[in-house]
Order: sequence, then structure tokens, then C-alpha cells
Amino acid sequence: MNTLLVWSVDVAQILLGIAMACATFRLVCGPRAQDRVLAFDSLYVNAMLLLLAFGIGSGSTLYFEAALVIALLGFVSTVALAKFLLRGEVIE
Amino acid sequence: MIQSPEVSSLVAVITATLLVLGAATTLVGALGLVRLQSFYQRAHSPTLGTTFGVACVALASMIYFSAAGTRPILHEVLILIFVTATTPITLIILVRATRLRDESIPTAESSARD
Repeated sequence: MNTLLVWSVDVAQILLGIAMACATFRLVCGPRAQDRVLAFDSLYVNAMLLLLAFGIGSGSTLYFEAALVIALLGFVSTVALAKFLLRGEVIE
Repeated sequence: MIQSPEVSSLVAVITATLLVLGAATTLVGALGLVRLQSFYQRAHSPTLGTTFGVACVALASMIYFSAAGTRPILHEVLILIFVTATTPITLIILVRATRLRDESIPTAESSARD
């Protein structure tokens, strides 16, 4: 009965993996630094969604906390990188 | 790897639909990140994933875990609110930094930098 659920979790993980590959492409050969920061932002959001999908597939509550930590630290790191591009230093 | 608890078929259909819809929307946003031309166009496309994708996947997780009964419902609202609230802040700072860099260096060598 849960075959549909298992199948949909697999499909969602494949789609999110392709999305992470696209973000990694932009991260590696983005022409300028702000493209790389934007791709990094997209990459951690996709990784967080991948962990949520994996948590649904495994039925465990551990992956939710990992996704929350990725969301918090990813926001802080992206803001630090954008602040560095804006000012030349992170903490003034 | 799959040890998921049994849920009813209606919950399974709703969870599967929301999960695949959210993942597909995130993939569309990531494809726009690859295919669009300038940075100011590319800044828009990952917000598909950070709004609709996160909302769909978090809603699927909430529905599934509250139906499976292994824990209370509303934890994923934290992720949803946090990601939805912080993405505009990130993009505002990043686009402001890009405009500053575009104005401070000439456009002829701006494409050759980095």
C-alpha cells in the first residue's frame, strides 16, 4: 500500500538531485562571484528539501532537525558572503 | 532503507503528490538558474524552490507524520516560515552588492572578472 509513497520519495529525491547538480554547475562555472553565492544559496535549500524527503521515506524524526540546522546555517553563511561582496569585510 | 509506518491510502496519495510537485518546482527553479542569461534574471529563479518547493515538501512531511502518529504535527512550519522570511533578505543584500560591483567596475571588464 505504501508503494506509491516509496515511489514518490524516490522520484522526489532524483528530481532534487538533478536540481542540486544544476546549482553545482552554476557554482563551479558561474561567471562572477555573485552567481556563485546565489548558486550556493539554491544548493543548500535543495539539500534541505532532500533531507526532508529522506525523512519522509525513512519515517524517522532525526532528519527534520538536520534540515532545520541546514536552513539556519545556510542563511547565515549566505548573508556573510553577500555582506563580504558588498563591503569587502564581513564584520565592520 | 524504507521502514516507513503504514498510513491510509488517501494520506499516501496526498503526500506523494505534494512531494513530487514540490521537487519538480524546485527543479524548474534550478533549471532557470542554469539557463537564464544575466545575473538579475537568475536571481529570480531559485525563489520557486524556496517558496513553493519548501511549502509543498514541508506540507507533505507534516501531513505524513501527523497521519503516521509518530510525533506532533507542526514542526515543519518552523522551516517554512524561516526559509520564506530569510530568502528576500538574502536576495536584497546580494542584488545590492551586485549593483555596487557593476557600478564600481567598467562593464567591459565586468564580464571578464572572476
